[in-house]
Amino acid sequence: MLGLGACNLEVDMNRLIELLFHQGVLDEQFMQLQHLQDESSPNFVYEVVTLYFRESEKLLRNLRALLYECTDYKKMGIHLNQMMGSSSSIVVKHVQNISVRLYFRPQSSNWIGCIQSLEVLEHEYFYLKNKLHEFLQIEQQRVIAAGVRYHPLLQQ
Amino acid sequence: MTVEERKGASMGRESGQRDQFPVGMRVLAVDDDPTCLKMLEGLLRRCQYHVTTTGQAITALKLLRENKDKFDLVISDVHMPDMDGFKLLELVGLEMDLPVIMLSANGETSAVMKGITHGACDYLLKPVRLEELKNIWQHVVRRRKFDPKDHNNVDNGDEWEKNTVVNAESGQCAVTGGSIDRNGKVNRKRKDQDEDDEDDYDENGNENDDPSSQKKPRVVWSVDLHRKFVAAVNQLGIEKAVPKRILDLMNVERLTRENVASHLQKYRLYLKRLSAVASQQANMVAALGGRDPSYLPMGSLNGFGNYHSLVGSSQLPGLTSFQPNGILNRQNYTTGFGLRNLAPSGMVQFCRTQSDVSNPLTDLNKLQCVNLPGNQRGNVLQGMPASLALDQLQQHKVSQDVNKCISGGLSGPGLASVSSPNSFITVSNSPLLLQSQQQHAQSSGFGNQFSINVPSLSSDAFDMTAGSSNFCDISRCNDTWQDAVQLTRHPNNNLPMVAPFSNGGLAPNSMAVNATSMVSHLDGNLHDASSSSVSVAPLHDSVVGTDMQFQASTLGGNVMITPATSIEDSKYLNFRSPSKPKQECENQKLDRTHKLNLLAGSPLSSSLQNPSIISLPESQRINDGLCDTKTKMNMIGETNSGAIFFPQNRINKSAADVPFKDEYISDFSRLQGGFSTKDCILDDIVNAAMKPDRDDFSLMDGNMRCEMFPLDACL
Repeated sequence: MLGLGACNLEVDMNRLIELLFHQGVLDEQFMQLQHLQDESSPNFVYEVVTLYFRESEKLLRNLRALLYECTDYKKMGIHLNQMMGSSSSIVVKHVQNISVRLYFRPQSSNWIGCIQSLEVLEHEYFYLKNKLHEFLQIEQQRVIAAGVRYHPLLQQ
Repeated sequence: MTVEERKGASMGRESGQRDQFPVGMRVLAVDDDPTCLKMLEGLLRRCQYHVTTTGQAITALKLLRENKDKFDLVISDVHMPDMDGFKLLELVGLEMDLPVIMLSANGETSAVMKGITHGACDYLLKPVRLEELKNIWQHVVRRRKFDPKDHNNVDNGDEWEKNTVVNAESGQCAVTGGSIDRNGKVNRKRKDQDEDDEDDYDENGNENDDPSSQKKPRVVWSVDLHRKFVAAVNQLGIEKAVPKRILDLMNVERLTRENVASHLQKYRLYLKRLSAVASQQANMVAALGGRDPSYLPMGSLNGFGNYHSLVGSSQLPGLTSFQPNGILNRQNYTTGFGLRNLAPSGMVQFCRTQSDVSNPLTDLNKLQCVNLPGNQRGNVLQGMPASLALDQLQQHKVSQDVNKCISGGLSGPGLASVSSPNSFITVSNSPLLLQSQQQHAQSSGFGNQFSINVPSLSSDAFDMTAGSSNFCDISRCNDTWQDAVQLTRHPNNNLPMVAPFSNGGLAPNSMAVNATSMVSHLDGNLHDASSSSVSVAPLHDSVVGTDMQFQASTLGGNVMITPATSIEDSKYLNFRSPSKPKQECENQKLDRTHKLNLLAGSPLSSSLQNPSIISLPESQRINDGLCDTKTKMNMIGETNSGAIFFPQNRINKSAADVPFKDEYISDFSRLQGGFSTKDCILDDIVNAAMKPDRDDFSLMDGNMRCEMFPLDACL
């Protein structure tokens, strides 16, 4: 049945979100993000998250390049700042925290440490990305399954 | 929607008219991160505001400029690739008078403080929460309300608390601070009670009731208007300036006291910030220039100039802005001061920057002292023009004259050495002139006698810097000076000689005082009269202790300091040595009696000057005597000050340095450079021939005397 499918999906989705919350990857801000999605902007979350992915990957790539090639800490700082900002907007706390740590790391001019932090950051980020991706997929499926009449969020 | 309800509820408490307001408030959001931008947009939409987003600050500015009334509020990120968020904040605040909220992931107190001191209404941290955004409309209402009710609210300020999420409001907002609710209520009450007292209250009352619907036409603070404003403020004294009196002084129609008050607030903030920056720069300059740390007092005068730029360029020019009428007797020295080797370009830069920066504000006395390194004669010229800022007084006249003079002068004698005479002129013409004009509106209306003297002097001065080659020029200069002298004899004109001596702090020894640097009479501030902008040929400096007596009064604070020629090359420095005492001259106070002693480069003079040169040593002595002046300009001598004013030593002048009324000098005194170019007495320069008709030129008259630097000193 349509409804069931939707419900199932919804359950899955919630569980996923819960897990992420539990792990500290997401936080309340994500809820806000979800709240922002309504009839006028049905795909809000999707759009924002996609944007986030795109930008973050760019940033990460830049960071990596900077760190390995020119180690320009200042530029790195800028990039990190942006990373922090966007992560926090999306409410990706975990990534944000790591970003923060990496942000302050250059102060100590510890290149190896920076590299390590960067790796951690990337790891976390990709983990988050996977999960969010999954979330989005479930979300979309749920929407489809629920049909026009039901709004996923309203079901909650 | 809950949001709506909440809003409605809060609204309901207040006058019902507010219901409509936050809804539909037009916000412009600027952020280079698309994720955040989108998020912000969503949140703002949720609060029922009208949102316009852009990823670039430049685009944002364009949008804002297109139609000033199009937006109620601006939210901007701090870190942006094309323009710094703070800069955008300043621009918006100054041009459009819109409340600006800063946004950043960086929540450090220092960053927040910076935002607030730059005038931000609020500073939010990312991630932005909906609750925070729900309150931002308060800023708009507050601004609107406060404009009309300026004095009223002052009392209320204490009671109100800001319920913003982050940081304390800046002073600006603080006054208007307070919860809107309370504000509204209190105001209402006050309105009833104080209605009689407040004339305009009634008219504002309507606005209060329905701020959203009633929009006061925004007052655009054009350059002219701002100039008047600053002139009025300076006249009253920055401490004592009250909006009502400023308004009266300005005498502009359709300007309300509230407009003036809010503008005054911003202006004060700006000044404060500049002084902070200036002091920093001073340090930097000190570090860079090293010559004369004392020159660094970059007290930010009226917040002029972009010293920043100067610092960077490390070029000579010292920018000195003089406060008109001593409001701020501090001169801003750009880092350029004392940097001898600054390239002339620096000067120009300064001028430019100044104009940029100060557009609204500064243009006030900005004297740019250009210290031209010996090599760069051109610089000297540049400096001159800068100092010519006196032009301000003249309102272009000076500039024009100056230019003429300069050009004349340049073409004349030794300009050859001057590398860029043109630059000089251009430099002067531009920002400096503008600036001078502005500020000195109030400056004493002394006639300026700049004119011709300047050019000749300047040219000479340049020569001086050049070095021996200048000698020839010097002689020529003398002649010209003499003529000039005649000219300058205006009965009441204090021609401030701005003779920025090159490079502050030029090492005395290094500079062989060549050629008498003429202190062009820059009348900067003074006399508004004739604009003879005297380009002071600053022979550098201060070293020689040229007493520069500026007829400060006349100049009203634009003391043009002509950058003494680069000390490095020129032997100017010699000037310094002999007349060490001159250096001491520091403008202590605003005394007007600054005499610009043109320091005739002794070295130079020796050969060229013939009599004049010889007299240099004498003059120096004399100068010493003169140095006592109140405001002795610190010759650049030590510092890099480009300060520029160098009292040129009068070559043979007797101590007739008539004390000029130098208001400016006091300002200059701040300048480490010790420029005292208040009066340049041209005649003096001429040396023997010019018997110190100083008396004639006595400062009282506002004559400018340029004195040749004692060349021997340099040697």
